[in-house]
Amino acid sequence: MNKSGGSKSSRQLGWFWSLPGLIFLGVFAAFPVISMLLMSVLTAGRFGGVTTPFTLDNFVRATDQTFLKVILTSILIAAATAILSLLIGFPTALFISRLTRKWQIILIIAIILPYWTNFLVRTYAWLVLLNNEGIINKFLRNIGLISQPIEMLYTPFAVIIGMTYLYLPLMILPIYAALEKVDKNLVEASLDLGSSAWKSLRTVSIPLAMPGILIGLIFVFVPSMGNFVVPELLGGGKTVMIGNLVRDQFLKARDWPFGATFALVLTIILIILISIQSRVSRKVNINA
Amino acid sequence: MPKKINLSTIVAIFALIFLYLPITAVVGLSFNTSSNSLIWKGFGFDWYKNIWSNEAIVQGFQRTLFVAIVTTILSLVIGTTISIGLNKMKAGGFLRTFSTAPAIVPDLVLAIGLLTTFSMFSFNLSLLTVIIAHTAFCTAFVVAVVLARIGLIDPSIEEASTDLGASATKTLFKITIPQLMPSLTAGAVLSFTLSMDEFVIAFFTNGPETPTLPMVIYSMIRFGVTPEINVLGTLLLLVSFVGVIFAQRIGKVADSI
Repeated sequence: MNKSGGSKSSRQLGWFWSLPGLIFLGVFAAFPVISMLLMSVLTAGRFGGVTTPFTLDNFVRATDQTFLKVILTSILIAAATAILSLLIGFPTALFISRLTRKWQIILIIAIILPYWTNFLVRTYAWLVLLNNEGIINKFLRNIGLISQPIEMLYTPFAVIIGMTYLYLPLMILPIYAALEKVDKNLVEASLDLGSSAWKSLRTVSIPLAMPGILIGLIFVFVPSMGNFVVPELLGGGKTVMIGNLVRDQFLKARDWPFGATFALVLTIILIILISIQSRVSRKVNINA
Repeated sequence: MPKKINLSTIVAIFALIFLYLPITAVVGLSFNTSSNSLIWKGFGFDWYKNIWSNEAIVQGFQRTLFVAIVTTILSLVIGTTISIGLNKMKAGGFLRTFSTAPAIVPDLVLAIGLLTTFSMFSFNLSLLTVIIAHTAFCTAFVVAVVLARIGLIDPSIEEASTDLGASATKTLFKITIPQLMPSLTAGAVLSFTLSMDEFVIAFFTNGPETPTLPMVIYSMIRFGVTPEINVLGTLLLLVSFVGVIFAQRIGKVADSI
C-alpha cells in the first residue's frame, strides 16, 4: 500500500464518516454550552433572552453576600458528600479488590445495580426513610431509644446523605479499578519486609490508587454541586445550592445572563478539578 | 493484618446495607394496601392494579420509552460513524475530547445551554427537543465506548476485504460492524438506560404538554410520599435490574466470540 497516498485518502474518508456527527455535536452540544456561558457578559432582555451591552455586572452581582453564601454552601455540601463517599468507598473498594475474581464481579454488579435505577426513585427512597413518620424514626421509637421523632428530613444532613447515596458507586468504581491494577506482589513485599498493614496501605496502596481516588472525588463532587433536585426534595428548599440558583434564574426570574454566570462558575470549578486530577495521575504514572 | 481486613469488611458490609436499605424499603412498601404509604395496613397488590389506571403515569411511560428508543438508534448511528471516522483519520486528542465532552459537562450546564439555544431559534419544546438533547448526550457515551475498541481492530482485515473486491458497504456490514458488536451493544444499553432515567436535561428541554415519566414522578414526589411511587419505583427497579443483568450476559457472550 502506498503509505502517503493511503493516509491522505483515509483522512478524507475519516472526515466523510465523522463530519455529519461532529456537526450534530457542534450544533447541539458545543454551541449551546459555549453560547450560554458567554451570556454571562451580556444584559438580560426585558422578556427573557439577552441583549447587549456587554457588561461585567453579573459577576459583580454574584459577589453579593447572598450569592456567595450559596456558592459556599454548595462547595461545603458537595465536599462533605465527596469526603463521606470516600470514607465509605475506599475501604469498600479495597475489600472488593482483595476478593477472588468471581466475587469481585458479583460485588461490583451489586454496587452498580442501584446506580442504574431511576435517580428520582433513589432520592424518593430517602423521603421514606428519613420522614418523621418514616422507617428510621419508627424503628428508633419502637425500640424505645427516642420518644420524639428526630428531625432528619429537610436538613443539610439529609441532602448530604441523599447525594452520597446517589453517587457512592461513582466513588467505588474508579478506586476499585485503580486498586485492582496495583500489583499484589508490591503489597505482599512491603508486608514481608516488615511494614505494618496500615503502613503498607499508606505507602503502597493509597498512592497507587490516587488517580482512582481523584477521579472518584470529581465524579461525586461535580454532580453534587450542580444538583438541584436533592436540595429541593430532601433539603426542603431550605438548603439552596448553585443548581437551584441556576434553575431559578432560567425558569423563574428569566435572568439568563445571571444564571449563566453561575453555570460558568460550575464549569470553571470542573475544569480546575480535572486539570489537577490529570496532573496528579501523570505524576503517579511517571513514578510507577 | 486481620485487624485491617476487619475494618474494610465492616465498611463494605455497611456500604451494601446503605445501598440496598432504601430500595428495599420502597419495594416493601409497594405491597402495602394502605392509602397512606407510611402506615402498614396489610400485604397486597392493590396499588399494582391501580397504577395502570393512572393515565399520567402510563402516558409518561410511553413517551419515555419512545424517546429512549429513538435516542438509542440515533446516538448509536451518530456515535459509531464519528468513531469510525476518527479512527480512520487517526484523529488526535481535540476531536476525541470534543466528541466525548457532552458526557463530562455537568448535565445542568448542557441542559440550560440547549434550552437557551432552542429558544433563541424559536424551536418549540416538545419530545423532539428532548430526543435531540438526549442524542447529543448519549452520542458522547457511544463514542467513548466504541472508540475504546475500534483502535484494537486490525485494519488489514478491512483492507483484505476491499482488496478481494467487497464493496465499501459490504465491508462495513460484514467486517467492521461484527467486530464492533460488543461495544455497539454496550453503547446501545448505555444510551437506552441513560435516556430512560435522565431527568435534568429532559426537565429543561421538554415542553409542558408532553411530560415524560421522570417529570411525572418529579411532580408526584414534590407532594410527598404516595403509594403509587412505591409501586412505580419497584417496577423501575425491576426493569433496571433485568437490564443490567441482561447487559452483563450479552457482554460475556460477546467477549467469548
